[in-house]
Amino acid sequence: MDLTLKKHITLTLIALFAGLLLAGLFFTLVQAQSPTPTDNEVNAVAKQLYCPVCENISLDVCPTTACAQWRALIRAQLAEGKTVDEIKEYFVANYGDRVLATPPTRGFNWLVYILPPLFFLGGVYMVYRVLSTMKYKKPDQPAQPPVEPGEADQADPYFARVEAELEQHRKNGE
Amino acid sequence: MVSNFGFGALVITLIVSIYGIIAAVYGARKNSLAWVESARKAMLLTFPLISLVALSIIYLLVTGDYQVQYVYNVTSSTMPIYLKVTALWGGQAGSLIFWSLLLSAFASAVTLRKWDRDREFLPWVIVVALVTLVFFVGMSIFFENPFVRFWQTAGGAEAVAMFKPVGATNLTPFDGRGLNPLLRHPGMIIHPPMLYLGFVSFVIPFAFAIAALVTGRTDDRWIRVTRRWTLVAWLFLSLGLVLGSRWAYDVLGWGGYWAWDPVEIAAFMPFLSGTAFLHSVMIQEKRGLFKRWNMVLIILTYSLVIFGTFLTRSGVLSSVHAFSQSAIGPLFFGYIGITFAISLALLLQRWNALRSEGEMHSMLSREALFLLNNLLFMGILVVCFWGVLFPLISELFTGQKVTVGPPFYERSTGPLFAALLLLMGVAPLSAWGHSTVKTLGKAMWKPFIASLIVPVIAYVLGVRAPMAFVAFWLCGFVALITLYEYYRGVAARHRKNGENVFAALWNLMGRNRRRYGGYIIHLGVVLMALGIIGIEMFQTETQGTIPPGGQMSLGSYTISFDKLDIFDTADGRNVARAVVSVERDGKPLGQLFPRRDYYYDSQQPMTIPGVRSTMEDDLYVLLVDWEPISSTGVTFKVYHNPLVNWLWLGGFVFIFGTLVAAWPEKEPEPVRVPAVNRKMTSSGVQSAD
Repeated sequence: MDLTLKKHITLTLIALFAGLLLAGLFFTLVQAQSPTPTDNEVNAVAKQLYCPVCENISLDVCPTTACAQWRALIRAQLAEGKTVDEIKEYFVANYGDRVLATPPTRGFNWLVYILPPLFFLGGVYMVYRVLSTMKYKKPDQPAQPPVEPGEADQADPYFARVEAELEQHRKNGE
Repeated sequence: MVSNFGFGALVITLIVSIYGIIAAVYGARKNSLAWVESARKAMLLTFPLISLVALSIIYLLVTGDYQVQYVYNVTSSTMPIYLKVTALWGGQAGSLIFWSLLLSAFASAVTLRKWDRDREFLPWVIVVALVTLVFFVGMSIFFENPFVRFWQTAGGAEAVAMFKPVGATNLTPFDGRGLNPLLRHPGMIIHPPMLYLGFVSFVIPFAFAIAALVTGRTDDRWIRVTRRWTLVAWLFLSLGLVLGSRWAYDVLGWGGYWAWDPVEIAAFMPFLSGTAFLHSVMIQEKRGLFKRWNMVLIILTYSLVIFGTFLTRSGVLSSVHAFSQSAIGPLFFGYIGITFAISLALLLQRWNALRSEGEMHSMLSREALFLLNNLLFMGILVVCFWGVLFPLISELFTGQKVTVGPPFYERSTGPLFAALLLLMGVAPLSAWGHSTVKTLGKAMWKPFIASLIVPVIAYVLGVRAPMAFVAFWLCGFVALITLYEYYRGVAARHRKNGENVFAALWNLMGRNRRRYGGYIIHLGVVLMALGIIGIEMFQTETQGTIPPGGQMSLGSYTISFDKLDIFDTADGRNVARAVVSVERDGKPLGQLFPRRDYYYDSQQPMTIPGVRSTMEDDLYVLLVDWEPISSTGVTFKVYHNPLVNWLWLGGFVFIFGTLVAAWPEKEPEPVRVPAVNRKMTSSGVQSAD
């Protein structure tokens, strides 16, 4: 084989190999690089966090410049591949528990979750006490409707009762 | 000059009010009609006096006297006249005066009624109203004076004082800071007065309750006298809440109507206890039960009204520091604590006299179900109260600030609201005194069967979430029961009297407005529930940046960005207004104009959504951001809010029902019903309420 041809083939093979290597490296790099997170992905996280400076406004809707910067921070962290929980932990570590929508369930915070049900149970107990003193008895015969003779409609007891009650209501001024 | 005049009128109001309290107490103790009459005249005099104070503030606001700190804080020269007038309640100092004005108007109106049958209440009603007034006027004079002015001291420093410091000269800023843009909205002009009217009206039933406790007249007279006041209070409070929600939806730019913000909850809490009270007093009227509980409820409502007034404007609950630095925070709490303690002491004093006259006989009787209703309302109230206070308590004890946000309230109160909705359907069917499963079942089996179609319709329309089926079914069931009640009444009248449907309905409602007005309110609640279910369970949103001509989609909707105009307005705003075209499934639906207004005077932006509203849904588009120079890209946030307009429609129905229930009827001569005769009137059909 011609020496020049041999050299050409070798060089071509090397170039091909190098090209393949470069292409592989390029695709690997591209794949490692996550696409920029969308606004919706950012908002999904921001919705779960509360503005560290404003009162009771979640980060996704807070119009202040500071919050826009925090949203940018969330975007950057999502781009780095951080999970939602990791981002939340980052915000808690830097700005305290107040960035969470509800107090974390630990220590003193348990009070916020425990007290209302306790009060409610107390209420249930009070209602139970009232109901337990109840004296069951058969209902009395319904009071005869105080209607004028001839007006009572035996064929329509519902009407008679409604009228009787309305009459009673009028008399009692209720 | 006008400031001094207004302040003088304020001080005279305080003196007259204190005199009125002393005269009323003395008159009551000595049984002297002349002294009580003098106290009544003092009460009546407070109204023109406070009116002068309010008019002075309005004059200063309209003429733009920026030397007055309040005027400087809430107005600017570019604001239209109507906003300058309504800036009376745009800040805390003015709000307190406005509150006092409404209170003196309502209390004066009460003292003008005929007192033939309950004259012993009069002095104590005056005392309670005037003590409340003294507190608010005192706050205005000593801590939140709307007339304090800017001065330049001899040393060149700036001072804020009511009267000119020695050697000081007037300091009048060139222009004011202007009203917070969020408050420059028609909803915000009407919303605070409605809320305050609701707050203030609740003082009246409380005053009568205290009068009943002091005088020992523990029958249900105080309830009968104040029934309409309570309904009126409830009406205004409801109006205030609905308008506030609408304002939030239109102005705050976050796609919702209710954020469980402490200020919202502060207005909601008296509504909760007031609603429980409205139902509970019926038990006392009908069955002579729960007299003590009704006292507790009205005392609680009064305290929550004061708490709400304080919270809606002060913002001092935002942190322990704000609270401790504010003079009015501890004072408000002190006042609430003292009035609550005194009221409870009076209640304990009459504890035995307030024993129930009747007995409960059935778990399914109306009174038992109303008791459950009270339990649920109280449950929601405790969640709200604790949720609002907890951040402060946490900071106080641990130094750690926490947020108690919507998830806490939604999870805690959701099941309670659902149970209330169910109870709202069932309770009107049960009878006072006694009901059985059989009688209740008989009254509701037809609506129940009919209501089963609702989940089927929901399925056909694409609903798949199990909770949504339950929620929609519940709404359908309650609505059908309520409508069926109307149908039964109307049909009976039609059969008996041959009246046509409209005449029968009119006569039926005319005969017992309270009951049928109540049913309309219940229907309003169902409609509101539909709207809430729609937005809470099915709201979707998207956000994106698109160039002119670009499109973004949400569900079946597509919006195209046409153009963005940025311009200044004569009233001091810089407006960025986008034009977007809306299509649904390729069919053009028109244009929307979301915009961002930047107010130069207060240096605050305001986001106004572009909204396409139908009974099916709202498409709610917000202009979030843009590139000001090249206008190459604009960021929009789009919300799809299904069924949300049922919320507003339900609000209208609700208010209409309250008007029907509260409409005056001729007060008949009293018929005292002895305890032994307080028996049930029927076994299966509800008695008139």
